[in-house]
Amino acid sequence: MTQTLHTTLLIIGGGPGGYVAAIRAGQLGIPTLLVEGQALGGTCLNIGCIPSKALIHVAEQFQQTVHHSQGSQLGIEVDVPTLDIRKSVEWKDGIVDRLTTGVAALLKKHKVQVIHGWAKVVDGKTVEVGDQRIQCEHLLLATGSKSVNLPMLPIGGPIISSTEALAPTRVPKRLIVVGGGYIGLELGIAYRKLGAEVSVVEAQEHILPAYDAELTLPVAESLKKLGVKLYLGHSVTGFADNQLQVRAPDGDALALDTDQVLVAVGRKPNTQGWNLEALNLDMNGAAIKIDSRCQTSMRNVYAIGDLSGEPMLAHRAMAQGEMVAELISGKTREFNPAAIPAVCFTDPELVVVGKTPDDAKAAGLDCIVSNFPFAANGRAMTLESKAGFVRVVARRDNHLIVGWQAVGAGVSELSTAFGLSLEMGARLEDVAGTIHAHPTLGEAVQEAALRALGHALHL
Amino acid sequence: MGTHVIKMPDIGEGIAEVELSQWHVKVGDLVVEDQVLADVMTDKAMVDIPSPVHGKVISLGGEPGEVMAVGSILISIEVEGAGNTKDVPAAAEPVKTAPVAEAKPAPAPAPASVENKSAPAVKAPQAPVAREASERPLASPAVRKHALDAGIQLRLVQGTGPAGRILHEDLEAYLQQGPAAGASAVNPYTERNDEHQIPVIGMRRKIAQRMQDATRRAAHFSYVEEIDVTALDELRVHLNEKHGATRGKLTLLPFIVRAMVVALREFPQINARYDDEAQVITRLGAVHVGVATQSDVGLMVPVVRHAEARSLWGTAEEIARLANAARTGKASRDELSGSTITLTSLGALGGIVSTPVLNLPEVAIVGVNRIVERPMVIKGQIVVRKMMNLSSSFDHRVVDGMDAAQFIQAIRGLLEQPASLFLE
Repeated sequence: MTQTLHTTLLIIGGGPGGYVAAIRAGQLGIPTLLVEGQALGGTCLNIGCIPSKALIHVAEQFQQTVHHSQGSQLGIEVDVPTLDIRKSVEWKDGIVDRLTTGVAALLKKHKVQVIHGWAKVVDGKTVEVGDQRIQCEHLLLATGSKSVNLPMLPIGGPIISSTEALAPTRVPKRLIVVGGGYIGLELGIAYRKLGAEVSVVEAQEHILPAYDAELTLPVAESLKKLGVKLYLGHSVTGFADNQLQVRAPDGDALALDTDQVLVAVGRKPNTQGWNLEALNLDMNGAAIKIDSRCQTSMRNVYAIGDLSGEPMLAHRAMAQGEMVAELISGKTREFNPAAIPAVCFTDPELVVVGKTPDDAKAAGLDCIVSNFPFAANGRAMTLESKAGFVRVVARRDNHLIVGWQAVGAGVSELSTAFGLSLEMGARLEDVAGTIHAHPTLGEAVQEAALRALGHALHL
Repeated sequence: MGTHVIKMPDIGEGIAEVELSQWHVKVGDLVVEDQVLADVMTDKAMVDIPSPVHGKVISLGGEPGEVMAVGSILISIEVEGAGNTKDVPAAAEPVKTAPVAEAKPAPAPAPASVENKSAPAVKAPQAPVAREASERPLASPAVRKHALDAGIQLRLVQGTGPAGRILHEDLEAYLQQGPAAGASAVNPYTERNDEHQIPVIGMRRKIAQRMQDATRRAAHFSYVEEIDVTALDELRVHLNEKHGATRGKLTLLPFIVRAMVVALREFPQINARYDDEAQVITRLGAVHVGVATQSDVGLMVPVVRHAEARSLWGTAEEIARLANAARTGKASRDELSGSTITLTSLGALGGIVSTPVLNLPEVAIVGVNRIVERPMVIKGQIVVRKMMNLSSSFDHRVVDGMDAAQFIQAIRGLLEQPASLFLE
C-alpha cells in the first residue's frame, strides 16, 4: 500500500459532470483530485454526444451527395459517391482526441490532480484506486450511466450497442434498431443515410415516446421518406440465425432478417462495480437519491449527472458539477434551473425546453399553445427543409412563456434562445418584441409568439 | 508601481489570532489614505484597519469569519513607487482555519454595500399576479443566485416586473425594507419547510463563546428583590425638570450605579474578579461598571470607569456616550474591557424577572426590570406605588447567598430612601 493521498474534494468520474466540477473547484482554490478509469470526457465525449454527432454529419454529407448524384433540383451534378467508413471513423476519432486532450489540459491548468484507474469506494471519505488510498473531505460521485441491455439480446457479434455503432468498420447491409428513442433514431437515421436498410423496433405505439405526436410527426414522416421501416408496438423475443424475432401487437410472431442489431433501449445509472454499496445511500429507483443541492443521504457525499437519474443529459451534469464545487467552496447554491433543454439530433432535429402542452395541462395551467410552421419561413425554404415548426406554450393569464418546442432542420441551435427566454422569465410580448434577424430559422420563434398573441405576420 | 502589503497588526497584548469580521473594500477598489479597509475583531473590540497608502486593492488575505494569525497578510495594495515589499512569496499565505477558502483573491461579498448605496427608487408595486405557494418564483438566473447569496427566499419577494417577475431592484428593496415589504403576494398560512444556515462568526461567535464559558464555569445564583422606586422616580423627575435643560436628562441607571457604588463599600467581595485557574479572588477598590448594551452586531458591554468618582450627571453622560459608541461600533478596546461588576437593563422590555449571565471573571451582575405601578399594602392601606424588580446573579462559588442578599437589600434601602444615596 503506497502512501495515502489527501484532498479536499475527490471526484469519481471524469465525464462532463465530473470534469466540470473539477475545473470549477480548481478555480475556487479547492484542492481537487479526479479519478477516471477510462478516458476523460466520459460517455459524452468518447462514445456518446460528440462521436454520434460526427457520424450524423458524415451520414448527412454522404446522403446529400448521393441525392445530388440522382439529379438534384439545385443543379449540382456529381457521380455516385462511395464511402470509406474507416476514414470517417478516423476523422471522428480525431475530434474525440482533440476534445479529451483539451479536457486534460483544462484540468491541469486548474491544478486538478487526475488519477487514472478504477475507483473503489471504501467509505464516505475514503476511496481506493488500485493500491492507492485517497482520503477526502468531500466526495463527488459522477460515474454516469451505462446502456441498458436486453437479456435476449446479449451484446456481441451481430448484436451491438451504441458504442460499437459509433465505430463501425463497415456499414451493414441491413440493420435493425431496437428502441425508438432518441439514441436509436439518431443512429438509425445515420446508418440509413450511410446506405444500410434500417428498421426500428419499438415496443410502444409511437417513436420518441417521451414526446407528443404533433412534435414527432415530422420525424415520422422523414423516416418514411428515408425508407426506415417502423415496427411500432412490437416487442423483441430473441435473435437467431441473423433473424430478429419479434412479437407483433396482434400476437403474431415475426422473424426479421438482418445483419446487425443495435440495442438502444435506454441508459441506467452506473451504480455497479465500484463498491457504491459501502455507502448504503438512499436510492431513487436505480439512481442515487439527491436533494436540490445534489447532496446524497450521506453528509459531504454528492452525486451528479446520470448517476442521479433523469434527465440524463450532459449539460445537466455540467451545471450540477459547477454548483457542487461552489457549494463546497462555502457558497449558498441550489440547482434550480427553469428548464433543462433536451435535443434529439434526428432528421429533422427536435428540441424541447420547458413545458409541453401536455405538461402544462398536467400542471393545471391554462395555456395558449401556438405553432409557426417552417413551411412559411423563407430561410427554411432556402435550406430545402420546410418540415417542422416552432411551438410556444404560454400562460393565458399573464403570457408568461412556460415552454418551447421545435422540430425542423437545425433547430437544436434554437435551444439557446428557448432556454434563455425561460430562464429570464420572458412573456410572449418580450419575444414578439425582439427583432429576429431575417432570413433565419429563428424568425419562426418570433412568429410563434406573435401568433400566440393573435397577430402572426407571415401566416 | 509597487505593492504595499498590510499584515494583520498586533492589536492587543498577547493576542496571536484575530478574526476578520468584514471587508470594506474589494479587489480592484481604489483606496485612499486612512480609508477603512476592514474590521477585525479581537477578544472584545472591533477594530478598524485603515489604509496607510493610496492605491488599488490587488488581493484580500482572508474571508470574513476567518481567524487569521497576527502577522499574516491581510491585504495587498498596488501603489505608486516601490511599495513595502519586493516579492511576496506565495508561501506566505495567511494561516487559515476556515475549512475551505478561495486561494485566489476573490472579491469578498460586501454586505455593507447595500447600506452605502442610496436607496433605489422603489416602484409602486403593480398589482402582482397572484402566486401559488407551490409555484416557482419568476426570476432570472442572476437574481436567483443573488438571492441565494443573500439568504433570501425568493417566494417571499414581490416581483414588480412583467408577469410578477422579480427584478434585481425588487431584491434590493426587499433587502432594505425586510420581509414586510413583499410578503403580501404569498398566502401567509403556507406551510414552510425552508431552513437556512447562518454561520456563527464575528461578534456572534464571541458572544456565544463568552456566554457558554460563563454558564459552564460559574455557579449562577439569581436573587430577585422588589423595590419601591416611587420616591426615587419623583426625585429623578424633579431633577430633570430643574436641571434637565442644562445638565442633561437622567435615566434610572445613574441612580442604580450610585447605589451600587455606595453598597459595594460594605461588600468588597462582590466588586471582585475571580481567576478560577489561579484560584485567586481580586477585590478592587475602583468600581468599573459594565453597562450591557444592545448594538446592531450583538451584545456589547462598554465600561463606566471609576463610577465611585463620578457625579450623578457625570455617570449619566458617560453611559450615554459609551452606549452610543458601542451601538455605532466606535467603542475602543479599552472602553469595552476592564469592568468589575455589570449592570444590565432592557428598559421598557425589562420584564418582571430575568436571570442575567455573569460577565466573567466578575462575580456579580445586577439586572433591572420594568417599573410598573402596583397596588401595595402600606400600613393597612392599599396605595399605588411605582415598583421595580432587581434580578441579580452572583457567582456562588465565591459569593455566599447571605452576602448577595444583604448587598441587594443595601441597594434596595438606598434606592427607596434616595437621599441616603448622597449621604457621606
